[in-house]
Amino acid sequence: MTQAPETRRPRQRPADDGTQTGAGPAVGRPVDRVDGAAKTSGAVRYAAEHPHPRLAHGTLVHATIARGRITAVDTGAAEAADGVIAVLTHLNAPRMTPPRPVSMLDLSTLVPGTSVNYLGTDEVAWNGQPVAVVIAETLEAAQAAARLVEFRYRETPAVTDFAAAQDSAEPLPKSFIAPGDARKGDAEGALATAPVTVDRRYTTPAQNHNAIEPHATTAVWDGDRLTVHDSSQSLDWTRRHLARCFGVPPSGIRVLAEHVGGGFGGKGSVWAGTLLTVLAARATGRAVRMALTRESVYRTVGGRTPTVQRVALGAGRDGTLTTLVHTGVSRTGRAGGTTEPFSSQSRHLYATPNLLVGHKAATLDVVPNTFMRAPGEAVGSFAVESAMDELAVELGMDPVELRMRNEPDRDPLGGKPFSRRDLRGAYALGAERFGWARRDAEPRSMRDGRFLVGWGVATAFHMPARFPADVSVRLRSDGSVLLRCAFHEVGVGASTAQSQIVADALGVPVSAVTVEHGDTDFRTGPMAGGSGQTASVAAAVLAACEDVKRSVLRLARRDAASPLHRHRFRDVRAGRGRLFPAGAPDGGETYAAILTRAGVPEVEGRTGADSRAGRALGQARFMTGMLRDRRRWVRAATGAHFCEVRVDSDTGETRVTRWLGVFDVGRVINAKTARSQLRGGIIMGIGAALSEETLVDPRTGRVMNPGLGEYQIPVHADIPPIGIEYLDEPDPTTPLGLLGLGEVGITGVAAAVANAVHHATGVRVRDLPLTPDRLL
Amino acid sequence: MRTVFSYLRGRIHTPQIGDLVAVIDLHVNGTPHRVGLDPRTSLLDALREQLGLTGTKKGCNQGACGACTVLADGERIVACLALAVQYDGRRITTIEGIGTPEEPHPLQRAFVRFDGFQCGYCTSGQICSALGMLAEHRAGAPSAATPRHAAAGPRIALSDPEIKERMSGNLCRCGAYEGIADAIRDAAAATGTAGAADASEAVL
Repeated sequence: MTQAPETRRPRQRPADDGTQTGAGPAVGRPVDRVDGAAKTSGAVRYAAEHPHPRLAHGTLVHATIARGRITAVDTGAAEAADGVIAVLTHLNAPRMTPPRPVSMLDLSTLVPGTSVNYLGTDEVAWNGQPVAVVIAETLEAAQAAARLVEFRYRETPAVTDFAAAQDSAEPLPKSFIAPGDARKGDAEGALATAPVTVDRRYTTPAQNHNAIEPHATTAVWDGDRLTVHDSSQSLDWTRRHLARCFGVPPSGIRVLAEHVGGGFGGKGSVWAGTLLTVLAARATGRAVRMALTRESVYRTVGGRTPTVQRVALGAGRDGTLTTLVHTGVSRTGRAGGTTEPFSSQSRHLYATPNLLVGHKAATLDVVPNTFMRAPGEAVGSFAVESAMDELAVELGMDPVELRMRNEPDRDPLGGKPFSRRDLRGAYALGAERFGWARRDAEPRSMRDGRFLVGWGVATAFHMPARFPADVSVRLRSDGSVLLRCAFHEVGVGASTAQSQIVADALGVPVSAVTVEHGDTDFRTGPMAGGSGQTASVAAAVLAACEDVKRSVLRLARRDAASPLHRHRFRDVRAGRGRLFPAGAPDGGETYAAILTRAGVPEVEGRTGADSRAGRALGQARFMTGMLRDRRRWVRAATGAHFCEVRVDSDTGETRVTRWLGVFDVGRVINAKTARSQLRGGIIMGIGAALSEETLVDPRTGRVMNPGLGEYQIPVHADIPPIGIEYLDEPDPTTPLGLLGLGEVGITGVAAAVANAVHHATGVRVRDLPLTPDRLL
Repeated sequence: MRTVFSYLRGRIHTPQIGDLVAVIDLHVNGTPHRVGLDPRTSLLDALREQLGLTGTKKGCNQGACGACTVLADGERIVACLALAVQYDGRRITTIEGIGTPEEPHPLQRAFVRFDGFQCGYCTSGQICSALGMLAEHRAGAPSAATPRHAAAGPRIALSDPEIKERMSGNLCRCGAYEGIADAIRDAAAATGTAGAADASEAVL
């Protein structure tokens, strides 16, 4: 067994045929998804689709006040309704152990979405908090009975108006997940003396993930053993959290999610639906399924916080930045909520001698917000990249040229090197492909009949995370390979990408590799978040494959008849299903021959420890490596967005008509799925730019548009052809040189649209979404 | 449809709620099923919970996302807004009846080739909807994207704006729209748009 290697600059390898580094004929190719046939025929099962005999169905009842206490409960009518098994409230539900504070020594403490001890308290912390669960023989019976449950409350004053609460916002404490405030030089002083300045306020609304699969859980207890099918992006942390909540050992809990119908961060935490399904199953002794309604998802799962941001830029007349200020306010819930570090990219994007970033949060009595695709950068890039465009207009300078003039050689804040950075290359390629040189800088200069046409650019920036991950790789004597890891398939093509990595690392065809995932009975997977899953798993896959090859060679060396009998591991390569001496690809022996002759049915390579102490050591080692990495360099995926909009001069409606994104995301593992994921990010960004907004009633704190009919995500007709280019150069500090690309696509998108709208109309919109009323 | 005010335990396998059970015949993917169900049950829930055909998905349960699209006598409908009892005796085609992993329909193959999905949750609805849409197009139905002067009938070109307009009732949050349109265009060209006159012929 070997530990997954910590990230380091890879040593130079001899004889660069790629087989030792895992880069080879499969990685990079546009391989069809390995689960494509199953997904397109409806054969894969999601969390609410696992059959179980005598399954009961659960439905939530939501509080209708923002803050207060429950004074009376009437469940009589519901309990008497046909088919109802139980109605659980704080009066009769078994108690769960409340969540623990976040600890850096146990990352699973990050997973509770809120601090509420559901059905363990008469307190209400937001309008929509679940206060009862109805369990019935059928879905119809549960839903009908849920309407019969009556609650009375004593309300206490609540803070529910984000605009009014901004003055009471407090600075965010620095933590290992929140970078905190930072300053260099005298940013405000430099602003006062800069020859050219912009100093603007930008706002972004609350948003929701709206994965098409609503959150769902199926829970089955067998004594103290628990099996849960859950639509989760963090299986291992969910298992550990459930163990704490229900006072049972994690080893007795199995959480499965082979396929998840989209997450975008919304399924990264454990929310009420999961806990209350498990609780309902515990209380009733039945297998219980709870597939949340779309409305229940809005009421119980946090979305993205609204933000108010100030960006101030000062520059010389030649466009050289002298100062950058990025501050603002986001929201958290009184019962929890993550940070939305909107100034994240502003620390790293532009060379400037003076820099100030600061972040405050207002505490509201609303459903706690959570991470949503590129938390921080998705909305922060709207502010800073809009401001850069405004500065370009002030200077009379091309916005691409302004960005290139201020492109830093080292990190502007700490002076650390970038692990790699080629935004110049991205902009150069994008400008050429888009035809940027043909742009007339004058607003309203590209009219086409009643449509005002505009072109805009913005920079994409996202720093991928890394999480601990372990895998097992089994090579069988028939030459087939089985990779197992509790990682998640939320749509990114994870099993396909890892198949390609295994194939090249062992030198076998992709078709020889089977991947099993989404099950905590396998070795621990990383959270599917922070654009970190592929790289985190890849590191372990490479180590385990190395382990497998060493074991196979050991078998060969024991056998005098093997042509590899006298070869040392460092002189051996893998390819075409065999191990062979470096430089002699037709020599050596196939895996099948070596294993068969040795009488060994299979060889397994694994990473990670099996003991508790070993796991703790592994996690400590991982954290040390991560912190060391952070001190050494800034690692980010970057990109350049180019877009064209057409604004109807009669109605103010904006349509995006052309898009090109050029990305520097390190090495691309699968050219087909990578392109899809980057496009998906851009499309979610177009939604944020033009239509998406979660409306919260400022008087009651209640979400007013909890459905896909009222929360407008982009549809087919809203999306133009989206060109994707990537530089495809490996990052020298990551396994295989890959940088996660799940989130970088959305960053900068809203700014590119707003900048194009300004170019089209001469109107600068600083408040998302860019609905027609803002342009009329 | 017969509504029976008695327990039917033993005759028809179904969860029993009180006395009210509707017994209907659903013809799904060519197979007849006699189903006893709570009359409040949607066609979507009947397919998923009663018949175990979970390929049809529930995304919003209010007709806004299209994930539950199935074909009823060849026409696309959202099964979440349909009561099962309304479809007594009707022919329903779900994704399981379009093709299997072993023997996929050409459109399913095209979805894989053009990467017309990511998480896969909207995919069944997209594929069923596309088959219904192609039948509507072949039958000459115009859409909001059809130029006003264009001739009605099968000569409406299946342009990209037509495909996108006609598919806009099927949401994809992963953003696989381009791959979906590519797959539909490719499959329609391969099978020929002037072919079968109704979707059930095209499908089965």
